[in-house]
Amino acid sequence: MYIYDQHDKTLIGERVAQYRRQTDDYLAGKIPDAVFLPLRLQNGLYVQRLAPMLRINIPYGMVSATQLRALAGITRKYDKGYAHFTTRQNIQLNWPQLEEVPDILAELAAVEMQGIQSSGSCIRNVTSDEFAGISADEIVDPRPWCEIIRQWSTLHPEFAFLPRKFKIAVSGSKSDRAAIQVHDIGLQVLKNADDEVGFKVLVGGGLGRSPAIGEVIKDFLPAKHLLTYLEAILRVYNRYGRRDNKYKARIKILLKAWTAEVFADKVEQEWLQQIDSPSTLTDEVIAHAEAFFTSPSYESVDVASCEAALQQLASEQIAFGKWRDRNVVTHKVAGYCAVHLSLKPTGVAPGDVTDSQLEAIADLAERYSFDEVRVTHHQNLVLGDVKLSDLPELWQAAKQLGFATPSIGTLVDMICCPGGDFCSLANAKSIPVAEAIQRRFDDLDYLYDLGDIKLNISGCMNACGHHHVGNIGILGVDKKGEEFYQVQLGGSALDDASLGKVLGPSFYAREIPDVLESILNIYVDRRIEGETFLDTHRRIGTAPFKEFIYAKAA
Amino acid sequence: MPKLLKDKSLVDNGWQVLPKDFSGSLPDAPCFVPLNYWLANKESLQNPDTIGVWLDADQEPEKFAGDIEKLRHLAVNFPSFMDGRGFSIARLIRERYQFTGELRAIGHIVPDQLFYLSRCGFDAFCLDALSLGDEAEPHHQLEDYLAAFSVTYQACVNQEQPLFRRR
Ligand code: HEM
Ligand code: SF4
Repeated sequence: MYIYDQHDKTLIGERVAQYRRQTDDYLAGKIPDAVFLPLRLQNGLYVQRLAPMLRINIPYGMVSATQLRALAGITRKYDKGYAHFTTRQNIQLNWPQLEEVPDILAELAAVEMQGIQSSGSCIRNVTSDEFAGISADEIVDPRPWCEIIRQWSTLHPEFAFLPRKFKIAVSGSKSDRAAIQVHDIGLQVLKNADDEVGFKVLVGGGLGRSPAIGEVIKDFLPAKHLLTYLEAILRVYNRYGRRDNKYKARIKILLKAWTAEVFADKVEQEWLQQIDSPSTLTDEVIAHAEAFFTSPSYESVDVASCEAALQQLASEQIAFGKWRDRNVVTHKVAGYCAVHLSLKPTGVAPGDVTDSQLEAIADLAERYSFDEVRVTHHQNLVLGDVKLSDLPELWQAAKQLGFATPSIGTLVDMICCPGGDFCSLANAKSIPVAEAIQRRFDDLDYLYDLGDIKLNISGCMNACGHHHVGNIGILGVDKKGEEFYQVQLGGSALDDASLGKVLGPSFYAREIPDVLESILNIYVDRRIEGETFLDTHRRIGTAPFKEFIYAKAA
Repeated sequence: MPKLLKDKSLVDNGWQVLPKDFSGSLPDAPCFVPLNYWLANKESLQNPDTIGVWLDADQEPEKFAGDIEKLRHLAVNFPSFMDGRGFSIARLIRERYQFTGELRAIGHIVPDQLFYLSRCGFDAFCLDALSLGDEAEPHHQLEDYLAAFSVTYQACVNQEQPLFRRR
């Protein structure tokens, strides 16, 4: 993991002092609301339906046991003893007091955490692959590049007042797990024929209103030019992105208005003016960043005997076998694996954890995974480096703590935004819909038979729950003051990214489990051997689903 | 007359900013003419000590790049403090066009932006712009805002080397 040096420490210390002064001034009536707004947003503080919400960055999803303990303490001391992991690998507090936020930020700074630019019209926390550094299909570890981007974007003086928020995601593996096609900038780290590292650069993806898939504007950017090229993209966007209408202000709209070719050309012209400036990365700085993300000291494991013991246990205890099949992921190092801690038990808001659970997760990380935890964009956690021989013990511990729901990747492992229970922008609640679905589909064998299905739920078109890229997406809509839910089919955020298509008129919340059941029945009826839900939908289209569901309703 | 923050202290601002659609003859005092006026009349606007040019956020310094070295006073307008185009314009003026004269931020800016503004190359800040209404005055020493951070990661106008080359 990246470790702060005295420069990083000084900077966040000064940031806390600055925000403390800004908060004091605001409370004393010396800073008007409109001016305080971007100042607090750029420290992570939203003002929400019931209370402020504080979003804390977990850069590219890596968090240490020490940091988890600090977060636990903060939720206990300043909040109601729980927090929420988001799809952007961050963590949110739902009930902080505005007056106390400077103290919270100071406590976070002590463990090298912060909320800098976690909201607002600026470059947000950079996100990445939860299996960075440990997956077998990795080409280049994305994390050193994420850290270089984190530092470059932090308090960037030119880009603090962009037309709109700006999100960058980086993937370094063959299959994209960071949803780079639906980010303002998506970077794919790769190697060219000469084995040199570089980036494929995508621009203009994004969800929210008018969702869009990003387009490639550069096939191979040599790695050393990363920052000058990013700076060129941001400068073009800062100068020419629309500012007259906040719904048309994202970079995707500019790209569509100009076309990707024109945009790419404009960026190229700007970049050529900066190329080889001092912001060009040197071999030393790259090596310096890489040195923070070396492999931990793996032990050698007798894989064959370990494997035999695990098989034995799985045959005795079916639940262990199921858990292993669903929640344990292969690792690039023989004898190790990555383990999902599910944050989707039925009855708990997806992504929510309590203070004592945070501490328990820290314990597990210290015991089984070199003190580190990864946050996934599916709102779960991953212990990245678990010895195979530790699996039985870890399973028992996770079960006791409520993290062993063996449903990773299935229908009930949904992404879900806070929705109307917390969010003042919501059209509809989303957490109760998620829960109703979990209660209806509680037969694990049925879920396993359905296989991998991504169900994503948002409470409004801002799309915090990524509904456009769910294989099945559910969107809360408001019709004359009543809460309704629109269903979309066929989205994906993986390599084959696509946006879902609306099924038809929306439904009441209580109808949703039945509607889902019908959708799934059609899939089961029509699938051919080996097809996932998405495959079947792509083959037969939305029409058969639509005909059946609305015929039934009529 | 509103004050000007320059070289870390408040001075009298003797300069007028003529409106964007200005036409006619110039006042008898130092003034910033709008970019279009400059482009139409530059032959007759000879005295760089009393005539400067101001750009609005939607205008491009590229449009008068060849003239920049002749000028000693430039200003960039912020229509709203949330409109960050002026930060990019300032860097272009300084870094690409190597302007060494006074670069002034005018319009709607707030004290908490002084640090970023100065990093992007502004060295003068119109004080009426700093205040947001009658009662809103900067409440702290203005140089404190300018010195909010002692560490910066990126290269910028006042620091050509990014931190990674200085670590
Ligand atoms: C509860 C307070 C929240 C508020 C007020 C809020 C607000 C917003 C708004 C206004 C947008 C739309 C931006 C745009 O279209 O330009 C948005 C998008 C988004 N938010 Fe949130 N959000 C909240 C919580 C969350 C949570 C909990 C998550 C993760 C589960 C999240 C993740 C995202 C993502 C992934 C997007 C879409 C990204 C994109 O448009 O490309 N937000 N949010
Ligand atoms: S999708 Fe809408 S309801 Fe859900 S958190 Fe985002 S803004 Fe709130």
